[in-house]
Amino acid sequence: MLIKKSVSIRSSEITPRDIYEQRRKFLKTSIHAGIGLATSGLLTTYSPGVFAGYGLKRLKHTKNSRFTVDDELTKYKDVTTYNNFYEFGTSKSSPAANAGKLTTEPWSIRVEGHVEKPASYHLEDLINENALEERIYRLRCVERWSMVIPWLGFPLAELIKKVKPTSKAKYVEFSTLYRPDEMKGQRRSVLDWPYVEGLRIDEAMNPLAFLAVGLYGEVLPNQNGAPIRLVVPWKYGFKSIKSIVKLRFTEQQPVSSWTRAAPNEYGFYSNVNPEVDHPRWSQSRERRIGDFFKRKTLMFNGYADEVAHLYKGMDLKKYF
Amino acid sequence: MRIAKVVIFILCLVPISLLFYKFFNDGLGANPFEALTRQSGEWTLRFLLLTLSLTPLKILLRKSWPLKFRRMIGLFVYFYASIHLLTYIWFDQFFDWGEIWTDIIKRPFITMGMLSWFILLPLAATSTNAMKKRAGRYWKKIHQLIYLVGVLVLLHYFMLVKADILWPLIYSAIFTCLMLVRLWKLQAPFSALKNAAFYTRLKN
Repeated sequence: MLIKKSVSIRSSEITPRDIYEQRRKFLKTSIHAGIGLATSGLLTTYSPGVFAGYGLKRLKHTKNSRFTVDDELTKYKDVTTYNNFYEFGTSKSSPAANAGKLTTEPWSIRVEGHVEKPASYHLEDLINENALEERIYRLRCVERWSMVIPWLGFPLAELIKKVKPTSKAKYVEFSTLYRPDEMKGQRRSVLDWPYVEGLRIDEAMNPLAFLAVGLYGEVLPNQNGAPIRLVVPWKYGFKSIKSIVKLRFTEQQPVSSWTRAAPNEYGFYSNVNPEVDHPRWSQSRERRIGDFFKRKTLMFNGYADEVAHLYKGMDLKKYF
Repeated sequence: MRIAKVVIFILCLVPISLLFYKFFNDGLGANPFEALTRQSGEWTLRFLLLTLSLTPLKILLRKSWPLKFRRMIGLFVYFYASIHLLTYIWFDQFFDWGEIWTDIIKRPFITMGMLSWFILLPLAATSTNAMKKRAGRYWKKIHQLIYLVGVLVLLHYFMLVKADILWPLIYSAIFTCLMLVRLWKLQAPFSALKNAAFYTRLKN
C-alpha cells in the first residue's frame, strides 16, 4: 500500500519539550511579576501538578517524520489534565485526580477469537522497547475540541501480525480494564462496563492505527490510558480506547460502548467528518485546546490521504 | 433588612467574580471557554432553584421575610442566564447568527435554553414597582412562567449531557420538592374544608 508522505516538519525543528516548557514557565513568571507583588501571594497559578507530570519513566524512541503535523503541540499539562476517561469519573478533571490509584504492572492482554495464537500475553512480550517511535497526531474529540499530541508507541498492525488472525477475522474488538476498586467511575453504570471499541480489520491494519505506550517522551500517565491505548487519529477520540486488556477478533461487527449508550449519536465508524453533524451539535468546527478562535474541522481529521480509500463508495451519513 | 439585602446582593456576585478570577488566572482548566459556558449555566440553574425555594421557605417557616429577596435573586437568574447565553453566542458561535439559528431549530437542547432566556425576559422587564403596577393582574400570571422555565432548563440540562445524568437528576429532585411544598400548601385549605365537612357529618 502506498501512503503519500504528509507535509511534514523535520523532527529537529520541533522545540524539545524541556526548552519549550522552560519558555512557558519563563513567560508565566514574567506575567506574574507584571501583575504585581501585591497579589503575588494569591496567585498560585502553577499549583503542584502543572509541571509535575514530567519525571515519569522516559522511553527510548525514534521520531517518525512520516507521521507528524505542522500544528503546535498541545501543552503537556493540558493533555494530561483534560481527559475523557469515564472509568475515573465523568468530568474532564476527574481522570487526572483519580487515576493515580490504577496499578499498571503487571499487565497482560488477552487475545481471543479468530486468531491462530489465542493467548494471554504479558505486555512486555508485546512491546519491543527498542522499536518505539514518536508520532505527532491530531486528536479530535466528538465534543468539538482538539489537541496535537506526540505519542510514543508502535503500529497496531505489528501486534495483529504477531497474533495471526484467520480469514474469519473481519473485525477487532478491544476492551478496557474493568477494575472498579481502582477505577471509581466504574462503580456507577454511566456506561455499560467494560468499555468496548472496535475497528474493521482493514482499519486496524492501516499504518495510521497506532498503539501508544507513552507521550511527550515518557510512559503514559494513567489518565491518558496507561499502560497501552489505541490511537486512531482519523476517528473521534472515544474510538481510541484506553488501558486495553483484551483484543477479540470477530466475524460480526462489535458494538462499542458509546453506540450501545446512544446508537443514534455514536456510530461504529465515528470518522471525523465536518459534514455529518452530531444530532446535538454541528461538527464543522472545533476549538484547538489553547486557542480562542475555532478552526474548521478537516475531513478524516486531516488524514484523508491515508484513510479515505477505506470508505470508498460508502454513504458516510449512513455509516457515521 | 437593607443591610441583609446588600449582603445577599454581594453574595450573589461571588460566583461570577470567582469565574472571572479563575478565567484570568488559568483556573478553568484546558478549555476555559467551555468551562465558562458550563459553569455560568450551572449557576443559572442554582439561582433559579434558590429563587424557587423562597416561597417554600416562607411556608415552612411561617415567616414572610424570604419573599423580600425574591425579586433580587430572580433578577440574578436573568443575569446569570444572560452571561450563559453570551458565552454561547460569543465563544461557541462567534456571533455567527446563521449557525445560531440552525442550532435553535435543529437542536432541541438549544431550543429549550433559548426559549428559557426569552421567557425570562418579560419577567425581568416587569420587575420594577412601576411595571408591576402597570402589569396589574397579569403580573402574577407573567411571573408564574418561572415554573415553565424551571422545567425547560432542566430538560435543557438532561439533553446536553452525554451519558451521566446524575446532576440533572439531583437538580430535578430539588425542583420537584420545591414544587411539592407549593402543592401541599395549595391542598391545605381544601383538606381543612374536607376535615370540617367530615366533622360536621360526624356530629349529625
